[in-house]
Amino acid sequence: MPDEERETVPIDPIQATLSTVFREEAGKLVGALLRLLGNFEVAEEIVQDALLVALERWPIEGIPAQPGAWLLTVARRRALDQLRRDARYRDKLAQLEHSVVQEPDDRLRLMFTCCHPALSRETQVILTLRAVCGFTTAEIAHAFLASEAAVARRLVRARQKIVQAGIPYGVPRDEDLDERLGEVLAVLYLMFNEGYLSSAGSIPMRRDLAGDAAWLAAFLTRLYPREPEALGLLALMRLHLARANARFDALGSLILLADQDRSRWDRRMITDAGRLIEQAAALGHPGPYQVQAALVACHAEAESWQATDWPQILALYDLLLCMTPSPVIRLNRAVALSYVAGPEGALAEVETLASDLEEYHLFHAIRGAFLLELGRREQARAAEMRALALTGNRAEQFLLHQRLCARVTAGGHAPHGERPSHS
Amino acid sequence: MKYLLLFCATQEDLAAWQALSEEARAQTRAKSGQWMTEHRSQIRSDNGLHLPHTVTSVHVGAGGQPLVTDGPFLEGTEVIGGYAEIEVADLDEALHLAKSWSAHVPSYSTVEIWPIL
Repeated sequence: MPDEERETVPIDPIQATLSTVFREEAGKLVGALLRLLGNFEVAEEIVQDALLVALERWPIEGIPAQPGAWLLTVARRRALDQLRRDARYRDKLAQLEHSVVQEPDDRLRLMFTCCHPALSRETQVILTLRAVCGFTTAEIAHAFLASEAAVARRLVRARQKIVQAGIPYGVPRDEDLDERLGEVLAVLYLMFNEGYLSSAGSIPMRRDLAGDAAWLAAFLTRLYPREPEALGLLALMRLHLARANARFDALGSLILLADQDRSRWDRRMITDAGRLIEQAAALGHPGPYQVQAALVACHAEAESWQATDWPQILALYDLLLCMTPSPVIRLNRAVALSYVAGPEGALAEVETLASDLEEYHLFHAIRGAFLLELGRREQARAAEMRALALTGNRAEQFLLHQRLCARVTAGGHAPHGERPSHS
Repeated sequence: MKYLLLFCATQEDLAAWQALSEEARAQTRAKSGQWMTEHRSQIRSDNGLHLPHTVTSVHVGAGGQPLVTDGPFLEGTEVIGGYAEIEVADLDEALHLAKSWSAHVPSYSTVEIWPIL
């Protein structure tokens, strides 16, 4: 069933419909074929073939009334063609004609296969996009600024590993469920961040990774309504998406959280996310996604930048650091600290992170903002130049550049809120 | 599915092993034997191996002539201390076996799981 809630802002209606249909149908079809044929390589290839045919024909012929059945027919025909000499597959594919494809857990099983811990995180992400969400190789390459050949190579190796190493197609046993669900959530979070930040640049994409990730997270919470971290992750994603419209100005430049027009935030989505956080909290197992969601909720629920509850945010960062110590979280905590205790202490805290975060543009941007607040203009400028040199994202570059030029009006706002992990 | 479990140790693991008393080593051997017995239904064969300095390698040398050298081919900091060939349903079962070994006999720091052709 399609999610009633709008997770994304479609740009081109035909492309958006294609995306929705692929996202809806690809995973189901791969799952069904995998169940039937017992071979990931074969199942995945067949479906990818069918998707490519659809990509060619649908924009011209229109999207069929029953896109799932259409894809199934094409997939079956091509499969029979390719596997002509293999009687085992042929007999099984003949069954596919009659039986309706669905088994409710197919897509879930497929997610667990694609996110198996025996695969590297990057491979998990690529496989999930491809097999579960129906991305083409070209789209994956586009999203990660990789060459199609490199993505194709990686996919071939990943499919081989699944088949040859015996990675199962199934829902993990209970004792493994926490770990395995953790893998899936980590993959969805990465997908989301990649899409939401599009760190790779400013090229518009047909497929919206963030929307697909949120959609899959919603799917997971329907199947596992008592998994607090899944609820937390979905809340986190929705809180970011609720503010997506206000993140860019008419020219496509990034707007700082402090300067965003909060009336453009989607209040209903924010309220819904708040409910998800409460639902998760009631289960009594706090975790990093829930805490991050709570952090973002603090911002999302504040009437204005001035009304932000910084002591609460600081406390949540402390909690998050206990769960997952990381220099990036300490950096973000320092921003909260600067609002609670002033820039001097915050700068001292940030300086201790220099060796870990030397290559991270926000380290320099935040350090620069603190230096500026303390009136150390020359050092501030040097830090911001360094930040500018390090970011690969056009929108962020522009923002930093603007800040450097508009020194006079800079009132000491830390560049806060443009990474899901800390806004 | 058949897999080869390779029980690997680092040089440090090895040094720690050699520093053990004969009694402590016997205890570890007994534990490892006990584990093999417990999982007999999934294990087709298993063996411990002697230390790397006892290994001899034969390479294809220049002109196709066999060349014999002292020591293992894979000269790294890791040492293969033993192996077990197992037969299980899928990788998840193999992982369960490997994890249970790690918990039971922690003197090997890594277990590699090689699918058998």
